[in-house]
Amino acid sequence: MMRSLTLWSPNDFNFRHLSLGLGILIVGGISLIALFAPLLSPHDPYLQNLGQRMVPPFWMEGGMPAHLLGTDQLGRDYLSRLLYGVRVSMMIGTLTVITSGLIGITLGMVGGFFGGRMDSFVMFVITCRLSIPLILVALTVVALVGNSLTVIILTLGLLLWERFAVVARTTTMQVARREYVDAARAAGASLPSILAREVLPNILPHLVVVATLEMAIAILLEAALSFLGLGIPAPQPSLGLMISEARDFMFFTPWVIMVPGMALFVLVLGINLLGDGLRDMATGGRNP
Amino acid sequence: MLRFLLRRSMLALLVCLVVVGVSFSLTRLSGDLAISIAGPNATADDIETVRKGYGLDRPVLIQFGEWAFKALQGDLGESYFYHTPVVTLIAERLPTTLKLGLIGLVIAIAIAIPLGILAAMREGTPADRCITMVALVGQALPSFWIALLMITWVGVHMRLLPISGVSEWQGYVMPGIVLAFSAIPALLRLTRSGMIDALASDYVRTARAKGLLQTSVVLKHALRNAAMPVVSIAAVQLGFMLSGSIIIETVFAIHGLGFLAWDAINKNDFPVVQAVVMLLALIFIALTLLSDIVNALLDPRLRT
Repeated sequence: MMRSLTLWSPNDFNFRHLSLGLGILIVGGISLIALFAPLLSPHDPYLQNLGQRMVPPFWMEGGMPAHLLGTDQLGRDYLSRLLYGVRVSMMIGTLTVITSGLIGITLGMVGGFFGGRMDSFVMFVITCRLSIPLILVALTVVALVGNSLTVIILTLGLLLWERFAVVARTTTMQVARREYVDAARAAGASLPSILAREVLPNILPHLVVVATLEMAIAILLEAALSFLGLGIPAPQPSLGLMISEARDFMFFTPWVIMVPGMALFVLVLGINLLGDGLRDMATGGRNP
Repeated sequence: MLRFLLRRSMLALLVCLVVVGVSFSLTRLSGDLAISIAGPNATADDIETVRKGYGLDRPVLIQFGEWAFKALQGDLGESYFYHTPVVTLIAERLPTTLKLGLIGLVIAIAIAIPLGILAAMREGTPADRCITMVALVGQALPSFWIALLMITWVGVHMRLLPISGVSEWQGYVMPGIVLAFSAIPALLRLTRSGMIDALASDYVRTARAKGLLQTSVVLKHALRNAAMPVVSIAAVQLGFMLSGSIIIETVFAIHGLGFLAWDAINKNDFPVVQAVVMLLALIFIALTLLSDIVNALLDPRLRT
């Protein structure tokens, strides 16, 4: 069926490109914020001011222009902490995806290209990884090794590669039978060169989609770990940690969990919109 | 069929072996377990006592062999903190988590499958797009945040539901809904794409040509064929929900398996941690094995 045609029907055109555009806008904007957080922050995110604790955001009664999003229970500027928190989220998301991508894509390409026993082995490793409870293992590792940015990135990177492997495997299988791969082989290209120069560029669009998905998952997982107290160590700003610290005050001042939660939600939604739009482009409108 | 069963079970068994190894080695990651158990204020003598007392001075392989051998007989050791057998602790907590996971799954299926069918029947219309957006939004909502928002608004401000514990059945409602959030996107997408394929198939066209009612075509002919991958994903999602309930259980103070594990991690209670990791992995393996067998029973083509 020519489903790709629906992508270009005038009716669909607007919507699909709207979600992709919105995704690019959100992710682009947040990336800029993350990069320039030190320049954009009005205050030092670590600076406590016990005289000005729990100042509400500007739209509420008692808000102060100096603290647009108010202050937390220690009088730290909420906007500055939020900006730095987003920076941490983006850093974790990006570096985790790089780590897990390296592992998953290598495994998947090797399995898909060679087939046979090698493929069975790769599938077996993927099955084993899927069986292992993700959050529980991540929490245990962080608790044992100590919570730092590096440990969290490595732990998540070592755990979140299975989707990369699955997609790299199936797409490599399809590409490996193409003529240009045979041509490269006949021309005497070495195996790593065939995989890197012929196979990888052709499966890349699908892998980019996986990368956005994994980035969203990594960011949510870091937030969950930090929320449970086994993620980014305090007093560093992290969205999950902000929600966890604000938990004691949420009954009286619900904005303290609304602000970091909304930021996290918008960030992840933006990445998902981007991934969804990219998937439509990569699969020609078919959206599994 | 017998060959399929044998092969699939052998694979599951191999995965079990790896998982048992992983759950054991996980707690050995810190390098020296004795230092972790003895705590930050322990002297060298204390650490040595702990090491001897827990048998940590022996080679790791022997420790593993002994643990695995005992585990096979249903003995998962004794909790360092509660000083009761780990099996007892787990047996007390497992039913709560299973109940929570099943409630979450039922809610997720009740929402995702009708929405998925509706989206497929109205493919390309605004209704379809709205439903696809629901899946995207659901994917982006941090579960612990939704839990806190529900506790604040539904629990405290509106006083509709209890905010912690499961002493009454109402206690399961909010955690069940939050847990369902995580499974809805995957179930919805798969139902939608499966139904789109099924509705475009020849047998559905034939059924329509025979003049059957729309509801009968959709529910009897199309859904039956679209349901198989959904069964597999539902099993996988239940597995994910059981291990993901660690977050929900800590937020809602529900004393299930997840809460036990979280508590054990914070107290360096390693026998409990490794037992829960292993148990959740084994449940996941059993669920996927079961769903594969169910699918093979439904569709002979899969019995390879």
